[in-house]
Amino acid sequence: MLKKSLLLGLAAGIALAGAALAADPVKIVYIGKNTGNPYFDSITGGFQDACKAKGCEFEFVAPATAEATSQIPFIEAQIQRGVNVIGIAPNSPDALNQVLDDARAKGILVLTVNGDLTGNESHRDATILPVNFDIVGRDQVEMVGSLIGYEGEIAILSATTEAPDQNKWIVGMNDTLKNDPKYAKMKLVATVYGDDQPEKSTTEMEALLSNYPDLKGVIAPTTVGIAAAAQVVQSRGIADKVHVTGLGLPSEMRDFIKDGTVKAFQLWSPYNEGWLAVHFALGVLDGSIKNEVGSTFEVPNLGKITINANNSINTQAELTTFNADNIDQFNF
Amino acid sequence: MSASDLQSAPSAQEAAPPRPAWQVLLIRPETMTLALLVLAVFAGAWLSPFFLDISYILRSFTLYAEFAIVALVLTMVIIAGEIDLSPAANMALSACVFAWLQQAGLPVPAAVAVGLAAGLAMGAFNGLMVIGLQLPSIIVTIGTLTLYRGLAQIIAGDKSIRVPEWFIGVDKIMVLGVPLPVVIFIVLALALGFLLSRTIVGRQIYQIGTNEVAARHAGIRSARIKFGLFLAVGLVSATAGMMTASRLGSVRYDLGLGGELQMVLMAMLGGTYIFGGRGTILGTFLAAWLLVLVSTGMIVANVLPAVQLVVLGILLVVSIIATNFIYSRTQR
Repeated sequence: MLKKSLLLGLAAGIALAGAALAADPVKIVYIGKNTGNPYFDSITGGFQDACKAKGCEFEFVAPATAEATSQIPFIEAQIQRGVNVIGIAPNSPDALNQVLDDARAKGILVLTVNGDLTGNESHRDATILPVNFDIVGRDQVEMVGSLIGYEGEIAILSATTEAPDQNKWIVGMNDTLKNDPKYAKMKLVATVYGDDQPEKSTTEMEALLSNYPDLKGVIAPTTVGIAAAAQVVQSRGIADKVHVTGLGLPSEMRDFIKDGTVKAFQLWSPYNEGWLAVHFALGVLDGSIKNEVGSTFEVPNLGKITINANNSINTQAELTTFNADNIDQFNF
Repeated sequence: MSASDLQSAPSAQEAAPPRPAWQVLLIRPETMTLALLVLAVFAGAWLSPFFLDISYILRSFTLYAEFAIVALVLTMVIIAGEIDLSPAANMALSACVFAWLQQAGLPVPAAVAVGLAAGLAMGAFNGLMVIGLQLPSIIVTIGTLTLYRGLAQIIAGDKSIRVPEWFIGVDKIMVLGVPLPVVIFIVLALALGFLLSRTIVGRQIYQIGTNEVAARHAGIRSARIKFGLFLAVGLVSATAGMMTASRLGSVRYDLGLGGELQMVLMAMLGGTYIFGGRGTILGTFLAAWLLVLVSTGMIVANVLPAVQLVVLGILLVVSIIATNFIYSRTQR
């Protein structure tokens, strides 16, 4: 009987995943970049809570290292396990193309969550990113401007010279500084790279301070960089002179906020990425959400979500700003 | 038993009777690898209902096949008393050379040929340093491991280079239902197994590894044979690099990163004695399957990566203890 209805379902052109839905709960897996990364605990929390609420099975797996190909055996294994949805934070923009194609050929919905296959978007069904990365640069300039009174020398402490996200944001920062008269009295004196290593970031920060004695603000749009920069400012006791801000993890920055080393910094809510991914995936599988550019859907707690160009979905319109008032509400 | 022991008991008893065949078989290190292999199959089946599927296991083997192929040749190098830790870096550099040239407009067959030649040249460089300059191979190849990887990064930068569509998918080519990389591995294992156990050169390799000075006095051209082995590793590594490029569809400087450890792990698990003179192709052949079965079994069962590392570590330690124990017993 079940077999017959399955066959009928297939004959009617309904995807296998949709037909299996009637019998089994939807199986969703999220493949992180690597294990032992608190950032992913937060995303996973969103997946878990949403699956609890909607009645799907969720599992998180991740390789031991974030090396480009280390996720491939994990994707193969999930295909073999017959999951319905693979969410993944890809370790490479293209090394996973072939195996993700295999997964999609088996009818698995492939979502990149918190990272995308830039330039290879055709190898996944949709991407879920925290914010529209086009506005990050602008928001960060506004942040540092508000801290230094929109006047004086600023510098950028980034990750590696090749980091695609950071470079995109730095371009945004430069454009904003150049074109918006509000920031005309702010001068970007240097952009340096700490390679996302604490030691190198610290050295670069110290070099900035000695090369530019009039420096008033530093933007570090990377979690490693901002923590290193804050550490330098804290140990030198110059928090009233040099303002550090950027993108950081509340868990790493809590102490710097509490002792006043850092007044405010920004990021997004990784939790909401998992929450949104589950609602989106279930909607696509049961047909209530059309995975097309321009279509919209409602997600509890997040409101109306629109699918943007390249099937890209954002969980929030603006960056979240963390300061002494709200830092204790966040645990990632 | 020392020579004086023999003299103190002159002809008191006849030479010990030859060991029974079952005992000879039982104390071979490959027997233990085989036993572990069987154990791994049962453990994998017990851990996950999705494990026992021959097409899945074969597909998973293609992910490790490139390393396994190099490990076969590396086994001979280790038996000859040397080591080569540069093959994974060689894979990356030859693949980068190939990908870069074909992107620059060279026809693909010519680019492949240059890539293979580059691999051969890297093997020759190792050989010259070890044999010509009489430097320890472990030091030389740790150096070239870094050097080749660095050169690959200079050629490719931090970006990845795409290979043409038709070049992609060596792992999708089936020969009698078996993926081509697996077939290559099996055929190479048969050929090298024959070379090592049935030919004069094979026996000379064992003699060089057991006692190189004695071997040279016996008229064995050890320098020439060892140089040939380094060349072979270079060529096979380059081939493995091309296969990886074809499987992934793109090439980056970090291709095969850390692969040298997997290769050495396969040789050790198969009972090859790290100080040379002992070991078989059969052992490495079985160990490659063991490694794939153990890794795949744990990944498809969603075992934590930390546990996976512990299991692999225990496997290696057990196999080294067993190998040493067996060899020290059989030496009496």
